[in-house]
Amino acid sequence: MQDDDAKILPIPTRAEGRRWHDMGGEDAGPVELCEHDYALWEKRVDALMVICSSKGHFTVDGLRRALEDMGEEAFETMSYYERWVAAINQNLVEAGVYTLEELGRRMEEVRARGATYGEAAAPHEAAGDG
Amino acid sequence: MKLRAMAERVRVARWMPPGHVRTPAYLRGRVGEVERRLGTFPNPEQAAYGLPAEPRELVRVRFRAADIWGAEAERPDDLIEAEIYGHWLEPVAHQD
Repeated sequence: MQDDDAKILPIPTRAEGRRWHDMGGEDAGPVELCEHDYALWEKRVDALMVICSSKGHFTVDGLRRALEDMGEEAFETMSYYERWVAAINQNLVEAGVYTLEELGRRMEEVRARGATYGEAAAPHEAAGDG
Repeated sequence: MKLRAMAERVRVARWMPPGHVRTPAYLRGRVGEVERRLGTFPNPEQAAYGLPAEPRELVRVRFRAADIWGAEAERPDDLIEAEIYGHWLEPVAHQD
């Protein structure tokens, strides 16, 4: 292995096409070890991914591809499950599970239920955390 | 097959295609040894786009820290293992 040490190439840079999410080896701060308390909607997003995968609409590879394509700004401005639900939606539209017209109409229906729908659906779970 | 003396060395391709790949950039171009062969899995580079995915071999490759980070490695003999699809790997001839 000694011979290889002399000719180690630098890790590919972003200018060479290294993508924003491919962070392995970059400097990083300390790891924050803490338990996460998930909101009801976040658990639903997680369950939605399991359902989509088990029904064969798309795989975790499609989820990852959409997350990566959302870019670094989304990584900094959206929460983990906000990014997931956006990536799931992207894949479902691409898979033809629903059209944007259907999605637009359904979002209007949900909006019409009012802002307290989440609390009404599960008062004890939605009450404590955000 | 388990004989360490016969470790099979491989080099990770240094390709940089602009799409979904599972091979981390920091391992591209690096040389390691095959730790084990894990069988075949649908090629994620096709599955990610909703395409029919061909089965591709997945290989667990073991690298020395010094072979990744060079002189910057804090502990050169630390090992890191990564699972890399076979089409990213090319055999490396033994030097001894």
